[in-house]
Amino acid sequence: MVAATAHDQVHDHSHDHAPGGLTRYFTTTNHKDIGTMYLWFAFTMFFVGGAMALGIRAELFQPGLQYFQPEFFNSLTTVHALVMIFGAVMPAFVGFANWLIPMQIGAADMAFPRMNNWSFWIMIPAAILLLATFFVPGGAASSGWTLYPPLVMQGGIGVDMSILALHLLGASSIMGSINIITTLLNLRAPGMTLMKMPLFCWTWLITAYLLIATMPVLAGAITMLLTDRHFGTSFFNAAGGGDPTMFMHIFWFFGHPEVYILILPAFGIVSSIIPAFARKPLFGYASMVYATGSIAILSFIVWGHHMFTVGMPAAGQLFFMYATMLIAVPTGVKIFNWIATMWRGSLTFETPMLFCIGFLCMFTLGGFSGLVLSIVAVDITLHNTYYVVAHFHYVLFPGAIWGLTAAVYFYLPKFTGKMYNETLGKWHFWISAIAFNVTFFPQHFLGLAGMPRRIPDYALQYAEWNAISTIGAFILGFSQLIFLYNVVTTIRSGEKAKDRQWDGADSLEWTHLPSPVPYHTFETPPVLK
Amino acid sequence: MQKKSNFFRRLESVAVTVGLAASLSLISLPTLASYDVNIPQPASPIATQIYSLHMYLLGVCATIFVVVFAFMFYSIFKFRKSNGAKPDVNFHESTLIEIIWTIIPFIILIAMAVPATKTILDMKDTSSPDMTVKVTGFQWGWRYDYNTEDFGFYSNLTTPWSQIGQPGTGPTEKQGDDYLLEVDNPLVVPVGKRVRLLVTSNDVIHGWYVPQLGINQYGIPGFIKDVWFTADRIGTLKGQCSQICGKLHGYMPITVVVKSDADYAKWVIDSKAKWSTKIVAAGANSAVAVAEDDNKVFEMAEAKEKGEKIYAANCVACHQSNGKGMPPAFPSLAGSKIVLGPTDQQINILLNGKAGTAMQSFARLSNSEIAAVISFTKNAFGNNVGKVIQPSEVKAARK
Repeated sequence: MVAATAHDQVHDHSHDHAPGGLTRYFTTTNHKDIGTMYLWFAFTMFFVGGAMALGIRAELFQPGLQYFQPEFFNSLTTVHALVMIFGAVMPAFVGFANWLIPMQIGAADMAFPRMNNWSFWIMIPAAILLLATFFVPGGAASSGWTLYPPLVMQGGIGVDMSILALHLLGASSIMGSINIITTLLNLRAPGMTLMKMPLFCWTWLITAYLLIATMPVLAGAITMLLTDRHFGTSFFNAAGGGDPTMFMHIFWFFGHPEVYILILPAFGIVSSIIPAFARKPLFGYASMVYATGSIAILSFIVWGHHMFTVGMPAAGQLFFMYATMLIAVPTGVKIFNWIATMWRGSLTFETPMLFCIGFLCMFTLGGFSGLVLSIVAVDITLHNTYYVVAHFHYVLFPGAIWGLTAAVYFYLPKFTGKMYNETLGKWHFWISAIAFNVTFFPQHFLGLAGMPRRIPDYALQYAEWNAISTIGAFILGFSQLIFLYNVVTTIRSGEKAKDRQWDGADSLEWTHLPSPVPYHTFETPPVLK
Repeated sequence: MQKKSNFFRRLESVAVTVGLAASLSLISLPTLASYDVNIPQPASPIATQIYSLHMYLLGVCATIFVVVFAFMFYSIFKFRKSNGAKPDVNFHESTLIEIIWTIIPFIILIAMAVPATKTILDMKDTSSPDMTVKVTGFQWGWRYDYNTEDFGFYSNLTTPWSQIGQPGTGPTEKQGDDYLLEVDNPLVVPVGKRVRLLVTSNDVIHGWYVPQLGINQYGIPGFIKDVWFTADRIGTLKGQCSQICGKLHGYMPITVVVKSDADYAKWVIDSKAKWSTKIVAAGANSAVAVAEDDNKVFEMAEAKEKGEKIYAANCVACHQSNGKGMPPAFPSLAGSKIVLGPTDQQINILLNGKAGTAMQSFARLSNSEIAAVISFTKNAFGNNVGKVIQPSEVKAARK
C-alpha cells in the first residue's frame, strides 16, 4: 500500500528531474536543494567552529602560554561561539525544516521558494565576513560572543565585520522564519490539522515566532554598538549618559530565547525519533505542544539570570530566579513524556535512537546544572566559571548537536535512498558519548573550584582536570570525522534503503513517499484520514 | 487485571532500584565533597550559606537523577524488542500522569526556592557596614581605596612573564605555587568585621570574584555597585577577574588578606604612610616623598635601570620584552615614530592613554616612574635618542 502510493507519486510527475549544471544551486527554489545546501553549510561550519574549539583546548592543556597570544585566544572563544550558534546549529535546523516541513504536512514546497533561496545565499557572504575577521588588522572580535561594551569598543574593524555578518545572518533567520510560519499555517494538506502535525513542525512553528521576536532585538543592540563605535552616540557609554548594563539587558532579551531557538527544534526531532524506535506513539502529544509553548513564553522573562552579578536589586534577582526555575516544569514534562514513550514500547537501538537516548541522559544533566545556576546565590559563585561552560555545552552538544546528528542518521535513508553504515554509526555514538563526558564533566569541577571562563592560562590547581578535558576534546573532535566519512560514503555507495526504513516511523515522508524522495513531492496534496 | 498488576510489580522493582541507588549516591556525596571538586572552603557566613545551598541542590538533583534514570534504564533493558517486548500502542495519553509530573517538580522547586530566597535577601543587605573599601578594576589590575582612611593603592599580578611564557616557546621558568594568583599589594581587611565593597571600573567591565567570600560582582565603568562580606577567619583568600576584559583578563588576580584587629590597625598606619591620597590630592608641601620623587634628576644609567623594571611590570605584556609589540593591535616601540619623536607626545600618551586602542592611561604611575620608563624606551630596543626625561617634565605635563 505504502509502496503503491509512492509509486503513483513518481508516475504522476514524469517531469520529475533536478535541473543540472552549475546554476542549479544558485537559482534553485526547490526546498530539498535548499535544505541540502543549508545542511552542508552547517556541517562545514561545524568543523570550522570545532577546529577553533580544539585550538582553545590545546592552549588550555597546560598552564602557561604555549600556542596563542591571549588576544588571539579570546578571538577563538568569541568566534567559536558565533560560528557554532549562527553558522552551525541554526542553519542545520533550518536545513531540516526545509527538507521536512513540506513533506510532513503534505505541501509541495515552502510558501516563498524564492525568498527561501535568498535566505540561504545571504549566509555565504555573512560567513565569509565573519571568518575573514581573523585576517584583518586588529584581528577578530575578542570580547566574547556577547559583545559587551565597553570592551567591544576596543576592537578593530573585525568587530564591525562581525556586526554586519550578524545582521545578514539575522535577516536570513527572519526570512526563514516567515517562510516556515506561512508554510505551516497555509500549506497543510486537507485533514492535516494543527494538532495532527508531527512535533518537529510544532517546535519549528514556535521557534520561528521566537526568531521573529528576538532577531530584531539583537539587530537593534548591535546597531547601537555600531553607532557608539563610529558615530559618536553613547547608548552604552556612561560618560555620555548611556549604560553598559543596558546592552546586557537588550542582548539577553534576545540571548535567552536564542538558546531555546537552538534546542526546541531538537526537541521536535527527538519527539519523532523516539516513537519510531519504541514502535508506539509519542506519549502526551498535546502536553508536548503545550510544554513547548510554555518554554517559549517563559524564555522571554528569564534573561536577567545571565546578569545576576551586575548588581541588580534583590527584587530583580528574585523575579528572574523564580521565572527561571519555572522552566524546569515544562522541560521536565518533556523528559518524562519521552521516557513514557519508551515505557512499554518495543525498543531497538539503531544509531538515531542511540543519539536520542544520549540526548535524554546528557540534556537532563545539563538541565540539573541549569537548575543549580538558577539559584542566585549559587550562581554568584559559579557565574562566568567553567561550571557555566560545562552547563551550556551539556545542553548544546548532546542537546542541539546530537539532536541534529540523530536526524542526519534517521533521514539519510529517506533523503538519499541509501542506508548508512550502522556499525560506524554506533562507533560514532559511543566514542562521542564517552569523549564528550571526558571533555565536559571535569569542567563542572573546575567551575566549582573557581576557574573563570575565557582565560588562556590558569592557576596550577586546575591543571589536572584541564589536561583531561583537552584529551577528551581532541577525541571528541576527531570522532566527528567518522560521522563525515559515514555520511559521504552513504551518499556515494550506501546500500539501497527501504521506502519505510524505520518500521515505527509514521509521518507522511515515511508512509507516502519513496526513498529517495523524488525532486517534486505532493504536488497534489495527499489524502489523509 | 493481570496486565495492571504486572505494571505495578514493575513499578515496585523500579522503586527498590531507586531507593538503593539514591542512598548510595547520598552516602557518596560527603566523600565527593572532601576532594578538590567542589566549591572552595567558605570563609564568610554568606559563602557558608552558598556552600550548603549548593550541597542541598546537588542532593535534590542527584535524587531526581536517580529516579528519572532508573525509569529510563529500566525501559531500555526491559522493553527491548530483542527481549520480545510488544509495544503497548494504547499507552500514549494520561492526563492524570501529566498532572502528577507537573505538580511534583513544582513542589520540589518551592522547596528549593525557600532557602535560596533567604540567602539572596541576606546577600543584598549591605546596610550598616563597619568599613567600606572602593574597588576599581582596570585593564589589567585592581585598585583599592580606603576612602575613610585616605589611602589607596594598586594591586597587580607579580608572576613573572618567564613563568607564563610566550606562544611557541612556552614558559622558561618553573611555575610557583601561587602561579597567576599572586599580587604585589593585597586587599587587607580585619577579621569578623562587616566590610562593604563599592565596586566599579575605569575602563571595561571587570568581575571582582572571590568564591570563598561568596562575592562575584561586576565593576561597571560609570556605576558603583555594593556588596558586603564578613571574613570569619584570619588567612589569605584568592580570586580572579571573572568577566572577560581584554587581552590580560586571565592575569588580574585578587588576593584578600584577613588580619586580626591589631595587625590590621598596624597595617593601616603603614599604608597611610605609604599610599596616602590626602597629601597628593591636597598638594600639601609636607609631601616629602612626592616632592623628592618629582625633584629627582636622573642620569641615563639610573633612568634606564629603573625604567626597565617599570617596563617589565607594566608594558611587556603588550609591547613585548624585545619592544617589537604584536602589530597591529600592540605596536612596536622599536623605531616607533612616537618614541623617537617629541617627548611631550609620548608623555601625553602615557598619561592619557590612546582612545580606541588597548593603550590605557598610566597616570597612576609616579612622575619619576613615567620619566624613567620613557627614558628606557627611547634608549632601548635599538632606539638611540640619547635623551633622559626628568620627572619635572612629566609633572608639568600633568597640569
